[in-house]
Amino acid sequence: MMRLPWFRHHAPDTLAEAARILAGEGPNAMLIAGGTDLLPNMKRRHQSPSALISLARVEGLKNISNGSGGNGEMRLGAGLTLSDVVHCAAVREKYAGLYQAAAQVATTHLRNMGTLGGNLCLDTRCNYYNQNYEWRKAIDFCMKKDGDICWVATASKRCVAVSSTDTAPALIALGAKVRLFSATGEREVTVADLYNNDGMDYLTRRPDEILTSVLLPAASGWNSSYWKLRRRGAFDFPVLGVAAAVKTASDGTVEEARIALGAVASRPFLVEKAGGLLVGKALTDDAIAEAGALVASRAKPMDNADLDIYWRKGVVSSFVGYALREIRGDDMRVTRLRIARHAL
Amino acid sequence: MNAVVEARRNVRVTLRVNGEQTEVLFAPYKTLLEVLREEMNLTGTKHGCELGECGACAVLLDGVPVLSCLVLAIECEGRSIETVEGLARGSELHPLQAAFADLGGTQCGYCTPGILMTAKALLDKEPDPGRERIREAISGNLCRCTGYLQIYESIEEGARRMREEAK
Amino acid sequence: MSTRKRFDVVGKPRRRVDGRSKVTGLTKFADDVVLPRMLHAKMLRSPHPHARIDAIDVSRAEQHPGVHLVLTGRDFPVSFGIMPVSQDEFPLAPERVRYVGDPVAAVIAKDEQTASEALDLIEVKYTPLQTIATPEEALAHPEARIHEYGEHGNIHRIQAYEFGDVEEALAKSDHVFEDLFFFQGNTHLPIEQHASVAAVDGEGKLTLWSSTQVPHYIHRALARALQVNAAHIRVIACPNGGGFGGKCDLHNHEIVVSRAAMRLGRPVKICLTREEVFYMHRGRHPVLMKFRTGVMNDGKITGMHLQTLLDGGGYGSYGAASTFYTGVLQPVSYELPRFKFDACRTFTNKPPCGPKRGHGTPQPRFGQEVQLDKIAEKLRIDPAELRLNMVAKPNSLTANWLRIGSIGLAECIRRVVDISGWKDKHRKLPEGRGLGLACGAYMSGAGLPIYWNKMPHSGVQLLLDRSGQVTVFCGATEIGQGSDDVLAAIVAEVLGIDAFDVRCVTGDTGLTPIDLGSYSSRVTVMMGNAAIQAAERLREVLAEAAAEHLEVSPERIVLAQGRAFLAEDPGRGISFRETVELAEAKHGTLGSVGSYSPPRAPARYKGGGVGPSPAYSYTACVVEVAVDAATGWITVPRVWIAHDIGRAINPVSVRGQVEGSVYMGLGEALMEEQVFRRLPPKLSGALVHKIPSLLEYKSLTSLDMPEVETVLIEDPDPNCPFGAKEVGQGPLLPVMPAVANAVWDAVGVRIDEVPITPDKVLRALERKAKGENPRVGPESFPAVPYPEPICVAPPWEGGDGNASKEKRKAPARKLEGMAAS
Ligand SMILES: Cc1cc2nc3c(=O)[nH]c(=O)nc-3n(C[C@H](O)[C@H](O)[C@H](O)COP(=O)(O)OP(=O)(O)OC[C@H]3O[C@@H](n4cnc5c(N)ncnc54)[C@H](O)[C@@H]3O)c2cc1C
Ligand code: SF4
Ligand code: FES
Ligand code: FES
Repeated sequence: MMRLPWFRHHAPDTLAEAARILAGEGPNAMLIAGGTDLLPNMKRRHQSPSALISLARVEGLKNISNGSGGNGEMRLGAGLTLSDVVHCAAVREKYAGLYQAAAQVATTHLRNMGTLGGNLCLDTRCNYYNQNYEWRKAIDFCMKKDGDICWVATASKRCVAVSSTDTAPALIALGAKVRLFSATGEREVTVADLYNNDGMDYLTRRPDEILTSVLLPAASGWNSSYWKLRRRGAFDFPVLGVAAAVKTASDGTVEEARIALGAVASRPFLVEKAGGLLVGKALTDDAIAEAGALVASRAKPMDNADLDIYWRKGVVSSFVGYALREIRGDDMRVTRLRIARHAL
Repeated sequence: MNAVVEARRNVRVTLRVNGEQTEVLFAPYKTLLEVLREEMNLTGTKHGCELGECGACAVLLDGVPVLSCLVLAIECEGRSIETVEGLARGSELHPLQAAFADLGGTQCGYCTPGILMTAKALLDKEPDPGRERIREAISGNLCRCTGYLQIYESIEEGARRMREEAK
Repeated sequence: MSTRKRFDVVGKPRRRVDGRSKVTGLTKFADDVVLPRMLHAKMLRSPHPHARIDAIDVSRAEQHPGVHLVLTGRDFPVSFGIMPVSQDEFPLAPERVRYVGDPVAAVIAKDEQTASEALDLIEVKYTPLQTIATPEEALAHPEARIHEYGEHGNIHRIQAYEFGDVEEALAKSDHVFEDLFFFQGNTHLPIEQHASVAAVDGEGKLTLWSSTQVPHYIHRALARALQVNAAHIRVIACPNGGGFGGKCDLHNHEIVVSRAAMRLGRPVKICLTREEVFYMHRGRHPVLMKFRTGVMNDGKITGMHLQTLLDGGGYGSYGAASTFYTGVLQPVSYELPRFKFDACRTFTNKPPCGPKRGHGTPQPRFGQEVQLDKIAEKLRIDPAELRLNMVAKPNSLTANWLRIGSIGLAECIRRVVDISGWKDKHRKLPEGRGLGLACGAYMSGAGLPIYWNKMPHSGVQLLLDRSGQVTVFCGATEIGQGSDDVLAAIVAEVLGIDAFDVRCVTGDTGLTPIDLGSYSSRVTVMMGNAAIQAAERLREVLAEAAAEHLEVSPERIVLAQGRAFLAEDPGRGISFRETVELAEAKHGTLGSVGSYSPPRAPARYKGGGVGPSPAYSYTACVVEVAVDAATGWITVPRVWIAHDIGRAINPVSVRGQVEGSVYMGLGEALMEEQVFRRLPPKLSGALVHKIPSLLEYKSLTSLDMPEVETVLIEDPDPNCPFGAKEVGQGPLLPVMPAVANAVWDAVGVRIDEVPITPDKVLRALERKAKGENPRVGPESFPAVPYPEPICVAPPWEGGDGNASKEKRKAPARKLEGMAAS
């Protein structure tokens, strides 16, 4: 049986208390929400915090406020489980991309446990790293934990472990922000800015900060979509995530667009020029193909996840096509069924 | 209240398992899976990876299917836990159990407790789910023996029997 | 065997007799065994693929609070191995480790956590040795030699057989097809991780509860490994949470906990982690194959020359048998006048390969069935017709002297062709969708045990008492396949009672007569025949007692529905319990035994013992695929399969075995692979399992599983109990080649290896677009020093089953790297 190491456990009731304990414990403490990422990591000794600060009882982290400010914005508490997000009718209706991303995370059980906040703060992944201590010892460890070389890119100065969160690219495409709370104050950053392109130092969140909520901008006029590549219909992390959000005028002309990629770098990221390329055009096959080619050129999959890397890069433009065609209103159900293996 | 658990000391937690309150003493690193199996002798809940990768350890926490291998037992105080041991009413099988036994829903039986609990949670919410809903609901439970088809049939039949009973 | 036509139990869909305990969670798997004062063991494993152990210092571990015992190789002077010819393993490596994960020490402590902590305190000094990563490397580097025994260098086994002059046959053929195939290794992946508990009882005797498929073999091997009188060891095979061949070896940890329990006088448990299960492995060998097949214009095969090269991993395991199985069953499905078969198994520094569902036969079956598809294509014959034209004859001998009894293959093909709509779909579906057909055959039990002896393969004992209680004892092991159910059903059928009224005591060497174990699909046939014999013997006694009471002659008595009554006047009779009372009063305590040995095989040549079976099962399968031309993405929406079962004892279980085989076959076809990662020698030199986890080793989820339509062909085989042949393994075989053939039908590319992944399909599509050979698969076959063949004339060429004395004059053709056809 894989077992956790010993640790101290705190179960605060309020955010302020949690932040205070977090600040007091220092960098050896970690927050635990659903635990679905942290606990496997601890069992494999990737992460060995001396103290865990549980967010399970912290009040207010499960709130949903839907357009209460009258501006059409929506705020989702970081402590909501992914199942909560999937079952939220407003998310489904207004932010299809987020719904599709959340619905494809892991498995039904893990979505019942894993939180939105935890999903955004997910550790980066690499198949030289997500292994037991003994296995890693056999390869003499790697830079991310206990060693000094990167086996994926032996000349690399930095770790290229993969950002594997599904919701982050969807939220980036939607232009979402997150709120970070600490004993010393509170701030808001865009989801895109939450990440560094570094497999070890992947979050711009300070160790004493708690992610409390996600703010989604008003959805009117926008359509969004998320397409995930993975081997099986459940369990598997993405080896490619394509998220798109497009705002169209009534005549179908694109007014604004964002395409974000997941699982092809150490961070999820917005493909800068892709949106601009579509603006002012209708979503024609040509425009979609052009966007696909551009986005594909930005994907840099590494040989540290499932499936062949050249192939993974090769299919990016197809996946961009699926997302944009779905947004255009094409009937993508058959393709969706083949790729996701269930309806979304 | 801030419950701080000091290292290397056992903790005492009151758990409500299958409707029964029990005080259990265990090392705080133990997951619900370990506490159920090793401290409470409820070995009906199985394990195949302890990393969230198979679903064999699924139990219901407040009626929701979760993976007991990734739940800290110390966080379960005051919550309702249901395991396969609590499924039958006395010696009478739950209709799902009966259907699994009758229709080949169980071969080696190792994935069975996790799947039964998952299916129970589904049927408690949706008494008449279609095949697609069933496929989705148990997609987090690996079964290496059956190929799942007889499991679907068992759940469908269990659902039918439960609806009969409810009439 | 019973001759009655109407059955009350056999053939009826029923709840399996152990179903209730499985759905209540009461079935006690090995890790569920908890004993008072039990301690826990963990093993330290080698981080090196190949190294000499210079020193082990366990002193700090021994001092760790809570540690009771630390064991190393010194505690286990005797080697072991499941086959008598390969006693090449040590419970804990004394001086050499041969793969990453090879155990070197064990800690027994108050709990697992403490034991794990103590493992960190053990210091081992290693001198790394050259790593052999592949069969090609093994052939090229006789040194560093992984084992001192074997043929030579790093070749474990190498052999050649020729049944008739194949070169001559090929020369006279209209066409010769030459193809290379590669079948990647994969593993069993039972959801239950191996666990064992050992305890010493009040009399000082050892009991081992274990997740094993073969308690009898474990019993023998354990006695040797521990140097303990076998009479003082009892092995209890707990029901397995899936086996698939992965629990057929004696495993290191079983010996370690046994020794520890004997030393400490306390029960000791171990349960492997998932990663460790990947290291135990004994799974499907990666096999490179070369087929040269002669064919006439009508599609009939004239001869086949098959060469195989197996990657055996670090130890022998069942490898000596696996090597044979990469060829010997080729001739049992289609008429094959001449056959030449060369095989070679190499050692490499990876976890040992062994028997997985289909043991050695799925690999060449894949090659053969894909090659037949190519032949059909070239000759413009429908693939189903091609096969139907040459199905082997019932009650015939094959070129390699296997005796075929019943064969339902033609019917299987006809039925899948029918239900799949083959005629309307094959070659007729729109681009991107396709249908593929393939067949398979498997043994219903191996004709010989793994150690030479003349005793029965299965024994069954029955105990009856005046309460009407029927208890059946048999060494067979319940691994999910339903062997307890078959046993109870057969006894119930013969004695005319309900299956639930039979109590099964199985898989316990301390209580049950020997059955060789749950492998090679032998249980239903062998245990079943033994059970029939035992039950018939009792039935006679009961019928006699009832007859005496009813004052009629015993032949007129029928035992059915819990009664003994007159055939022509069912109203006149007595209850089963009364019958038992009368019989017990008459004869004293009632019991009987039955046993079974397979018929003697006609082959007389050395090596002819691998392949014979009391009966062969046959399967035909059609798979539909959808392939996306832009990405190569493959979807399998539907599978149709027909299996020649002889008779279904419990149709529910039989269907479950077929669907489970399709499931596993699709995994092997599409995604499962046991693959390794080699790091640059100057940096680390590691050779590690790439993905030893349930997450990254891909097994289909419910969402990936297609619909399956199953047809059972029931043509009872006279050698089998109520005519029932095997179903646990055979239906897996055609699935992989059917997928490959369907991909060809869908998009016109050949993937001559498994798994068939979207990147390979896309690469082949790109080749096709460029006008190149639209194929992905192995490009060459290395030079393998196969020996001169042992020549055995086929039955129709005047042979008598012996090898001919005179060796062929022409030297074996020198094999060079050779491009695929
Ligand atoms: C088998 C398996 C498959 C998976 N597949 C996927 C997948 O396909 N896609 C995917 O995206 N994920 C996947 N996951 C990962 C995980 O289940 C999800 O990402 C989940 O949403 C994580 O949330 P959590 O609440 O469980 O996080 P936790 O494990 O509790 O925390 C994860 C990290 O975030 C930090 N953290 C948590 N909450 C906060 C907060 N509020 N503020 C600051 N930091 C915080 C923790 O300290 C920790 O470092 C998978 C996991 C498993 C075991
Ligand atoms: S990317 Fe390199 S450094 Fe990072 S986890 Fe993988 S091997 Fe280690
Ligand atoms: S044991 Fe595998 S998911 Fe919990
Ligand atoms: S019945 Fe064996 S794993 Fe599901």
